[in-house]
Amino acid sequence: MRALAQQLVLGLLIGGLYGLAAAGLSLIFGVLKVLNVAHGELIVLGGYGAFWLFTLYGLDPFVALVLVVPASLLLGIGLYATLFGFVVRADEETRIKNSLLIGFGLALALQALAVRLWTADERSIPTPYGGAALSISDLSLPVIRLLSLGIAFGLILGVQLLLEHWRWGKAIRATAEDWQAALLAGIDVRRAYLLAFAIGTALAGATGVLVTIGYSVSPSIGLEWTLKALIVVVLAGLGSMIGTFVGGLLLGVAEAASAAAFGGPYREVVGLVLFVVVLIVRPRGLFGR
Amino acid sequence: MTRLGALWPLARRHDLGWAAAIMTAFAVLGLLPVFVQRNDVLNFVFLILLSISLAQSWNILAGYAGQVNLGHAAFFGVGALLARALWIAGLPIVLAMAAGALAATAFALLIGVAAFRLRGAYFAIGTLALAEILRITIGNVLPEISTLPAARIAGYRLSERYYLALALAAVSVGTVAALAASRTGLGMQAIREDEEAAEASGVSGLGLKLVALSLSTALAGLAGGLFAYYHISYYPSHPFGPHWTFDALLMTFIGGVGTLHGPVLGAILYVTLKEYVALRWVDFHLLIFGALFIGIVLLLPGGLVQAGTRARRLVSRRAAKP
Repeated sequence: MRALAQQLVLGLLIGGLYGLAAAGLSLIFGVLKVLNVAHGELIVLGGYGAFWLFTLYGLDPFVALVLVVPASLLLGIGLYATLFGFVVRADEETRIKNSLLIGFGLALALQALAVRLWTADERSIPTPYGGAALSISDLSLPVIRLLSLGIAFGLILGVQLLLEHWRWGKAIRATAEDWQAALLAGIDVRRAYLLAFAIGTALAGATGVLVTIGYSVSPSIGLEWTLKALIVVVLAGLGSMIGTFVGGLLLGVAEAASAAAFGGPYREVVGLVLFVVVLIVRPRGLFGR
Repeated sequence: MTRLGALWPLARRHDLGWAAAIMTAFAVLGLLPVFVQRNDVLNFVFLILLSISLAQSWNILAGYAGQVNLGHAAFFGVGALLARALWIAGLPIVLAMAAGALAATAFALLIGVAAFRLRGAYFAIGTLALAEILRITIGNVLPEISTLPAARIAGYRLSERYYLALALAAVSVGTVAALAASRTGLGMQAIREDEEAAEASGVSGLGLKLVALSLSTALAGLAGGLFAYYHISYYPSHPFGPHWTFDALLMTFIGGVGTLHGPVLGAILYVTLKEYVALRWVDFHLLIFGALFIGIVLLLPGGLVQAGTRARRLVSRRAAKP
């Protein structure tokens, strides 16, 4: 019983990161109607950013967030300017197919690049406080993962507040709702697209840092994280950052529960099966309102 | 950005010529083992032939019927799994491969009706998830590496694999050529351009998509069987890996999706560069091809075939000028 509770708690902790990964993807998908399947690779890049800052300059990985997030924001602007900005000129169905193909090419290139730069080895960041754990009754909660969960929630809350109260945040929401109407109302739709894409990429970068802190990073985990984020987006639907975060927590717990029921190797399968079933039962519905 | 329909240029005049040229090339390649006994050369040509079959199998569904299947590896894997098991159990390889292809198609039809309820990107990510489910499950159920029994290794002849690959490549090119010229193929292309308009003019959308899926997965299953026949040892989950899908997609797009000769050109270029570059840098070809692929989707959606057409047009315009 205690082991099960412990597993569920650990599932909840990684679920927060699923939620953060999905929040970036969901923002980009909801606003630009573009599906960036290289999202997982952007997470990997963020993770290696923190890894580099730690090994080269001895920078604490949590402090590295302050550098990696703006760098990811810039990367997002660059990617939009060179690739995805061209995709959004097409009609919706073409947009999604072309973005899928471009994201796919990008994922391949980034993964190969990561292997070149950092080798295919799994990397993690050993910190002096890495082994610390809080004990609550029988459960042991690793401090770094707990802190990561808090940061993930903070970032998501921050983006949600930005979307609700910032001038451009409202513009982004209006564009997501109906870009033609937004255009008619005098909103610079292109800039809203750019901002949403950059913020989404920045969230991916932050996810990468937290994944590397609590777990590890390697060039091959990109696809896995893209799929996790997709599963959460499908389950949670679009439109609410907090909802996406909760969806991530749910996936984390569901994985942990299924690992306890069917054995560890099947934890990935359960999320995927859930995903396929939901897609088939509601082929268009879950994304749409 | 071009409309999706414009991704597939409709020029079909050269198809027959290309089919004849490719088949002639295959016939010439049939003589290769007589003159060249070097295993590295035969292995290299074998890989190109296997890639041609894989790329053409993906091309049928994506290029002609317009359905981007990101779970193609699942069918390659099912074919490999069954063919390997039956062949080691003593069935002749051709029958084992046929059984593998049949299983791949049966599986495809089983999921096809549900999967085709998904449109566009949802079909793509749904199939991707499906292939990952199979890969992980097979990896869990069969974690041991599959190695041929010693007697089979002793009797291993590369030339047998080579001829089988040649035959399969000829079958896949022949299938696409026949399809492109047929009413069925035309119906598929109508669905690719605009499914609702096609259905309004009496084309059965689901029916033809299922036909395309069956042909595509049967060829993928055969290619998987060929892989199982060729490789001495590999992990059973390896043929289910997403890179098989990605390879097929890259080769087809770089050559020219929805054309007869595009995937053949793409496979030759891809395997050549891969083998050449891999000598020095592992996986570096993916960086090159990833970038090339993005460039092609953005700038040259018809791939090499479109580049050729453009170049020819440019030359003829120059020549026409006084």
